[in-house]
Amino acid sequence: MIAATAPVQRSPRTRVMVVDPSGQIRDLPRASLIDLLRPGDLVVANDAATIPASLSGVHVPSHRPIEVRLAGVSSFDPQNREFSAVVFGEGDFHTLTEDRPQPPSLAEGDQLQLGPLSAKILHLLDPPRLVLLEFDHSRDELWAGLAHHGRPIQYSHIQVPLALWDVWTPIAGPPLAFEPPSAGFALSWQLVTEMRVAGAKFRTITHAAGLSSTGDPELDKRLPFDEPYRVPQATADAVNLAKSCGRRIIAVGTTVVRALEHAAREGKIAAGENLATERIGVKTRLQVVDALLSGTHEPGSSHYELLRAFLTDAELQRLNTELNVREYRTHEFGDSVLVSRTLNKLAEDTTRWEIRELAQRNTFDLPAVRHNLRLP
Amino acid sequence: MGTETLKTNTGADIASHDSFFDQLRVAITGGTSGLGLALVREFSARGARVGFLARHAEAVAKVERENQNTHGIVADVANKDDIYPAALQIVGELGGLEILINNASDLGPVPLALLADTSCEDLEKAMTTNVLGPFRLTKALLGALSASAREGRAALVINISSDAAVTPYPKWGAYGASKAAFRHMTEIWNQELSVEGVRFVSFDPGDMDTPMHALAVPDADRTTLKTAEAAAHELITAIETTVTRPA
Repeated sequence: MIAATAPVQRSPRTRVMVVDPSGQIRDLPRASLIDLLRPGDLVVANDAATIPASLSGVHVPSHRPIEVRLAGVSSFDPQNREFSAVVFGEGDFHTLTEDRPQPPSLAEGDQLQLGPLSAKILHLLDPPRLVLLEFDHSRDELWAGLAHHGRPIQYSHIQVPLALWDVWTPIAGPPLAFEPPSAGFALSWQLVTEMRVAGAKFRTITHAAGLSSTGDPELDKRLPFDEPYRVPQATADAVNLAKSCGRRIIAVGTTVVRALEHAAREGKIAAGENLATERIGVKTRLQVVDALLSGTHEPGSSHYELLRAFLTDAELQRLNTELNVREYRTHEFGDSVLVSRTLNKLAEDTTRWEIRELAQRNTFDLPAVRHNLRLP
Repeated sequence: MGTETLKTNTGADIASHDSFFDQLRVAITGGTSGLGLALVREFSARGARVGFLARHAEAVAKVERENQNTHGIVADVANKDDIYPAALQIVGELGGLEILINNASDLGPVPLALLADTSCEDLEKAMTTNVLGPFRLTKALLGALSASAREGRAALVINISSDAAVTPYPKWGAYGASKAAFRHMTEIWNQELSVEGVRFVSFDPGDMDTPMHALAVPDADRTTLKTAEAAAHELITAIETTVTRPA
């Protein structure tokens, strides 16, 4: 794959690689997404807007320049002023994250001056980079400071500075994400309208999407960090109705998968706010989501690992090969994949009766499925 | 295609419906003078949470101090670079949004001038403040508004209009042309998005005794003009009527 280097959310040339439940792969223009939806489908997206969470400034005790990247919060408490954050030394996004210099030696109680904002390090969460910090401001002052001094977090594959309008999806609402829930770049109001006309439903959750890279390989292995999310009652009702009717639930973005699967209890999801702590991966038995619209991801990333809940390793390898052969573009402004949980994956981690149910729901040729899977 | 306009009900007593306002989060541009200030005051008095925009920091701080549950944001709707930071602060501070009132306006050249004597720069400034700025702000806040709609709450954009939007008054060319464009844009927004639960309406408050009117008509008999407070009351009453009736 090649890096998408221009901040264009919806290029007419963007493509989508589709993996259907049988494991078949197709390469389509992303503009044809609407044709892949069926009446009754429920599409769920993350409506979090992106905070300009990159703050340049100074480590006051050493007077040395730093960049602080806010990485997460533990809840959506409106009075919250505490953030986990990754601290880099001098420099900015133009340098590869893994090549960024370490910050100066940090200690609890150290003051950071970040433009008009000042903050104190409360704890060293994972030295030398990951800290918990608290801002010394009212919430209004904090929002004003972020609005005027913060920049969207970005990486070196895009060399032009990003503006907020580059990283807010068309449905961006509450500013609670630290990096854009970029699968939502595929959405447009035209698509939302067409979904309704096509008999599909569109709903949202809000999930505080965190960092995708810290520059520290050991820290990166722990991604994603715990992330709060909120499921509105209208979304919970729609999900539970869709599940009870055997309709397909399509998540727009990995954060939606993480939130919905965390919210699931005995086949239903609850409305409200919670903290997603689990990582979705090869061992996850999906309870809610049937398909995922996402960007393309490099092997080894947490996003790639999440795809192992939908596909067998062989299928994922085949998808990756296709993406490379067809020169798909990767990263947040790149091409997309629409991956259904496959029958083969289901065969790995569920019972034969559930296979029969899925096959019926997707109107597959049940005798053929039985034969292929050696079902009775 | 129909035009949705706000129906006013000026004598209504809406004090008994204050629980309606307790749940409202409102953004108002041009919130430190004229109709905008009157709206900030009345929404605040009724218990709504208000984010308001204006250009001058001192005036913003004063209005914020004097009105509870308000969040003042220093921003110029005519400045592209101010829009997303302002939207970030509005939704960050309020946690969501039910109502956006695009009230800030630019009169065009002062004193008013024939179109033939209006500089391109003055026309451009009026268009930027009265059309492009609110378009940008609406786009930036549409996600928050549509989230309210999906969750069964109100989602309403009020665009402040004028009779100059429909009547071609000589010497009101920059203002009138921009307000006509704004009014038409409001109708198109509404045609496109009311099905998603976000409604757009134009509201003409009439001739008010405001600083802008004094600039436009310096020798007007002020006793014949409506107060900004009366216009704000009419608008808020109309909002309640609009929000509580089906789309």
